[in-house]
Amino acid sequence: MEQTRLNALRRTANNIRLGIIEGVYSAGCGHPGGSLSIADILTYLYFEEMNIDPSNPKWDARDRFVLSKGHTAPALYATLAERGYFPKEELKTLRQIDSHLQGHPEMKNTPGVDMTTGSLGLGFSAACGMALSAKVYGNDYRVYTVVGDGESEEGQFWEASMFAAHYKLDNLVCILDLNGLQIDGPITEVMNPTPHDEKFAAFGWHVITISAHNFDEIEAALAEARTVKGKPTVIIANSVKGKGVSYMENECAWHGQAPKEDLYKVAVADLLAIEKEIK
Amino acid sequence: MTEKKATRESYGAALAELGEKYDFLVLDADLAAATKTGMFKKKFPERFFDCGIAEGNMMSVAAGIATTGKTVFASSFAMFAAGRAYEQIRNSIGYPHLNVKIGATHASITVGEDGATHQCSEDLALMRTIPGMTVINPADATEAYAAVEAAINTYGPVYLRFGRFPVPNLSAELPDYKFEIGRGITYREGTDVALIATGYMVHLAVEAADMLAKEGISASVVNIHTIKPIDRELITETAKKCGAVVTAEEHTVVGGLGSAVCEVLAESCPVPVLRVGVEDKYGRSGKVPALLELYGLTAERIAARAKEAIALKK
Repeated sequence: MEQTRLNALRRTANNIRLGIIEGVYSAGCGHPGGSLSIADILTYLYFEEMNIDPSNPKWDARDRFVLSKGHTAPALYATLAERGYFPKEELKTLRQIDSHLQGHPEMKNTPGVDMTTGSLGLGFSAACGMALSAKVYGNDYRVYTVVGDGESEEGQFWEASMFAAHYKLDNLVCILDLNGLQIDGPITEVMNPTPHDEKFAAFGWHVITISAHNFDEIEAALAEARTVKGKPTVIIANSVKGKGVSYMENECAWHGQAPKEDLYKVAVADLLAIEKEIK
Repeated sequence: MTEKKATRESYGAALAELGEKYDFLVLDADLAAATKTGMFKKKFPERFFDCGIAEGNMMSVAAGIATTGKTVFASSFAMFAAGRAYEQIRNSIGYPHLNVKIGATHASITVGEDGATHQCSEDLALMRTIPGMTVINPADATEAYAAVEAAINTYGPVYLRFGRFPVPNLSAELPDYKFEIGRGITYREGTDVALIATGYMVHLAVEAADMLAKEGISASVVNIHTIKPIDRELITETAKKCGAVVTAEEHTVVGGLGSAVCEVLAESCPVPVLRVGVEDKYGRSGKVPALLELYGLTAERIAARAKEAIALKK
């Protein structure tokens, strides 16, 4: 990818990470770790890949996005705000009583949220329903869903995988955020769902494995997915939980807690330092 | 009396016929032959999708389809729709208030020989706890058909309950029969006691009223086909007139019609209410008539409870 475009994406992703920290810090709770791990993927989807119009969030022909790992709503909200769906200032209202930014994504009141999610496994199935509808009614929009590696322990996750392959939903792309950690510890220790690649392949999917923080690889994978016919594509994205914030990286403890003021300042300083490096 | 017909038969016929008039998709979970969605499948194979034995996934898939502006029916047995997929119905369909119609067949003990694991007597209770969910329990074939069309014409999630066992088609005999969601139907006007029934029990309530009439007791009979939103007005009005109420449902007495009627009357017109239904028990295998007898879902039982209710009047 050309350097200017790459730097622009990096800056956007960094702004999204700042938005995540801002939201979670303001709320005093929430899920920063798994939000930071998907920031680059959301950046590419919303700023390069998807056919969307922030001024018309309910546009019929738009590509759809379902954040099946709904607890990482701070990442989705920061991305939507960065893309212009609503003012960035609103990120500070996350989880507040009078805010439209619910603890988990809610489609009725938040512009740009295509599906209500939060209970794990359900969003993946809903994305399948959207993709099926497009096929039945001859619409050419595409459907993207980001799922969690811990989420893949849910039985419904594999029901959805079976369904998507059975109905040849090649307009569906599932991106698995493989950060290796869930609330109780490493996924391989809590309830080992690996290997994901072999499982998805056995279920009839086209499988691509990338680094979740490499824009060239993200771009190549999504381009490849567009060429795959007759089967859905899963992109297994190896990621770092807490990516970008020094003390959160690969730390299970930051799955579901907000930093206090001192650590909030460290997080912001970390991200501002990354921004400087980009220039 | 008209020919007996199971409400599930009417469900399948309604989908197949109304499929010509309305644009909707139908999902099932490997039970198309039993739920009768197979009748729709045969006619509109391109609009029917089997989800296999994965009811949770089916409900969330239905929700996804509905987000694209399409109407969709999702079918299984009541046990696996309201029961197994409760959380998917609540979170994927109910919370975003999506236009999904859940067609649940084989409700409660008239399932018969399959026994307790397949006899869901808790579905109405479960479904009516979901905010914004419309819950309909048709009494007979004519009403089942009308309920399907009304559900299509009403935006939002609707739970439709159908039975496996043939039931007399009383609605077809009513002059000016009109189905309206949330509006109960008065079969008999009486003054001594009100028999408020739903689903399979409606025709038995009518029988009970006939028995009571022979003893000089005047009973009202009301069919509450919509459990939610419930017809508060009609229930209150009938209770005021009669001063005592018996509810009758093929469902647990915990949380279903009986509970809903008690909730209404406790607030609007406190009168004695006795509930006929499955008494906080699991079902079991057996022939349907024997099961109905065993669980007290009979006209005789309704009539007996009616007399007890009258005795409780102050």
